Amino acid sequence: MSAVAAAPARPSGGPSLVTQARWAVSDSLMIAKRNLLVWIRVPAYLVFTVIQPVMFVLLFVYVFGGAIPVSTPGGYVNFLIPGITAQTAAFASFATAIALAQELKKGVIDRLRSMPMARSAVLTGRLAADTVRMVVTILIIVGVGYAVGFRFLNGFGPAVGMVVLATVFGLAICTIAAFTGLAIGDEESVQAFGLIWLFPLTFVSSAFVPISTMPGWLQAFAKNQPVTYVVDTMRALALGGPIAENMWKSIAWLAGIFIVFIPLAVRAYRRAA
Amino acid sequence: MSESETTSGPAILVEGLTKSFGEVRALRGIDLSVPQGTVLGVLGPNGAGKTTAVRILTTLMLPDAGRAVVDGYNVVREAAAVRRSIGLAGQSAAIQEELTGRENLELIGRLYHLSKSYARSRAAELLEQFDLVDAADRPAKGFSGGMQRRLDLAASLVGNPRVLFLDEPTTGLDPRSRLGMWAIIRSLVADGTTLLLTTQYLDEADELADEIVVIDHGLVIAAGTSEQLKDRVGGDVLEFTVPDRTRCSDAVTAISKIGESEPHVDEETGVISMGVGSRGSDALIEAVRTLDNAAVETRGLALRRPSLDDVFLALTGHAAEEDGPVERRRRGRRRGGQQGGKDTAKAAS
Repeated sequence: MSAVAAAPARPSGGPSLVTQARWAVSDSLMIAKRNLLVWIRVPAYLVFTVIQPVMFVLLFVYVFGGAIPVSTPGGYVNFLIPGITAQTAAFASFATAIALAQELKKGVIDRLRSMPMARSAVLTGRLAADTVRMVVTILIIVGVGYAVGFRFLNGFGPAVGMVVLATVFGLAICTIAAFTGLAIGDEESVQAFGLIWLFPLTFVSSAFVPISTMPGWLQAFAKNQPVTYVVDTMRALALGGPIAENMWKSIAWLAGIFIVFIPLAVRAYRRAA
Repeated sequence: MSESETTSGPAILVEGLTKSFGEVRALRGIDLSVPQGTVLGVLGPNGAGKTTAVRILTTLMLPDAGRAVVDGYNVVREAAAVRRSIGLAGQSAAIQEELTGRENLELIGRLYHLSKSYARSRAAELLEQFDLVDAADRPAKGFSGGMQRRLDLAASLVGNPRVLFLDEPTTGLDPRSRLGMWAIIRSLVADGTTLLLTTQYLDEADELADEIVVIDHGLVIAAGTSEQLKDRVGGDVLEFTVPDRTRCSDAVTAISKIGESEPHVDEETGVISMGVGSRGSDALIEAVRTLDNAAVETRGLALRRPSLDDVFLALTGHAAEEDGPVERRRRGRRRGGQQGGKDTAKAAS
C-alpha cells in the first residue's frame, strides 16, 4: 500500500516525515473503524455480507449440487466451498464501490480532502475495513460449509493459505471497485457496472461447475481467466493436488491488478470532483 | 508558523483565477480580497462559478491560471498548510448518517489529529453551541434537514479554522431553519473567523456579508457593500401586481414616464417593478393616478427599498434566484448543474 501513501510536498514548518507516516497509519485506522461501525449498524449491509453468502452455499449444495457431477474427493460440497468463497470475496467489492460513490456524492470526500489528514487514508482505511469484512464473511462460509459436509483435506497451513488467498483476491477486486466507484461516482451506475463485469467473471469460471461441462467457446475464456486460476489454487490448498502453475498465474494476475488499479484509484481520489 | 500571524494581509487573496471544464469556462479571471475577520458574500445564480471558486480555494481543485492565497498560503504550492487553516461546509450535509452526531464530530476531530480527550470535549462544545445536545447520541440519519446542516457546519469548525468556506449553507432549508443558520453564522463571525459564503439568496448575502461580490458566468460583475450595490439601482423601487396578465403592457405604458429606469415585468406573476430614484412618494401618487386613468386593476402597489434582486436585475438583466418567479420560466435553459456552466457555455458562444 506504500504507493497510496505517497504524500504531497509540504511547506517548511509542516509536520515531519515521521509524523506524516504516523498520521497515514492512524488516519487509515480511524477511517477503517468508522467504516466498520457503519457496516455493523446497517442491517442491509449485514444481510448482504452474512446472510446472502450462507444462502448461496445452501442453494448450491442442496438445489444445484445434485445435478453437477464432480470428481472432487468429498463430492460437490468440497468442490463448491473454495469457489463460493472466492465469489463472495469478489462480490464484497460492491460495497466498496457503492460506499465510495455515495461519499463522493454526499460531499464526504470533499470534506476529508479539505482537511489536513493523510490523503491516502480514505482509500487505505476503506480497503482495511473491507478486508476485515471479507475475512468475517469467508470464515462464516467455511463454518457453514463444515456444517453441510465440507472438509479441508490438506492440513491446517494450506487451509489458512486458502483463506489468505481468497482475501487478497477480494482485496484486488476491491481496488478495481474503488477506482470504478470514484470514477463513476453514482451508486446506481456503479452497481450496474459491477454486475456487468463481475457476474460473468465469477460464474464463467471453475467456481461453481467444472469447466469441462461448458461449451467449447466458453471453455476457452473460462480456462484462461484469473478467477479460475485463483479458485483452482484455493481448491488445491483446501483439498490437495497439483498447485504450482495455478498459484504462479494467480499471483501474477493479482500483482497485475494491484499495479494497475491502485494508482488509478489514487488518481481518481485526487481528482474526485 | 503561519505567515499571516506576522503580517496583516488579507485572509483570502485571489488574482486572475481561471478554470475551464473542457469547453466550459467556469471561471474567467476573478479577483477577490477578503480582509481578516470579515465576511465576503459571493452571490450568483447556479452555474455562475461560485462552487468552482470555493473548490479551488479549499484545495479540492487546481486552477488553470491565476493565484490564490488563503491565510497566507498559496492554495497550489502550500495546499497542506492551507488545509490546516480552513474549514469547509459544502452544499450537502457531508456527514456519516449511520453515526451519531457526537461520533461524527469526534471522528473529524481525530482526523484533525486532536487528542482523544480534546476531540471529545471539542465535539461536546460544538454540540452545545449548535443546539444538538438532545440529539447528540442518535444516528444522524434521523436528524431533520436543518439539524444535519447544523451538524455539518459544526464539523467544519472542529479544527478551529481561521478561514471558513460555506458553499450555499442554507440551500434547501425551510425558512425557520434558515434563520437559525443565520444566527449561528453571525455568532461565528463575531468570534473573528474570516468567512467566505456563497449564496444564490440575495437576502442572505444582505443579512450576513460585509462585502458582496456578484458573480455571473465566471466573472465578477460587481463588488461592494450591500448599500453600495443598492445605490446602483438608484433609489426606491415602485412595485405592484397586475392580476390580469393581458393588461401588463397597458400598465407599463401608463407608468413608463414616471420612473428613472425601464419598468421590469414578470409575465408569469404579473409583478411589475421600476426604479423611481429619489422621487419616492410623488412617483407613487403619480402612478396611482395614471394606472387609474388607464383602468388597470393593480394589487399591492407600494414603494420599497431596493433589494439585491433589483441590483442583480440591473446588472445582468436577469434575476438571481433560480427559484424566484422570474427564473421559473428560464429553468429549461438553466438546468446546467452546480459546477457548471452549461448556461455559461451558451452565453459564451
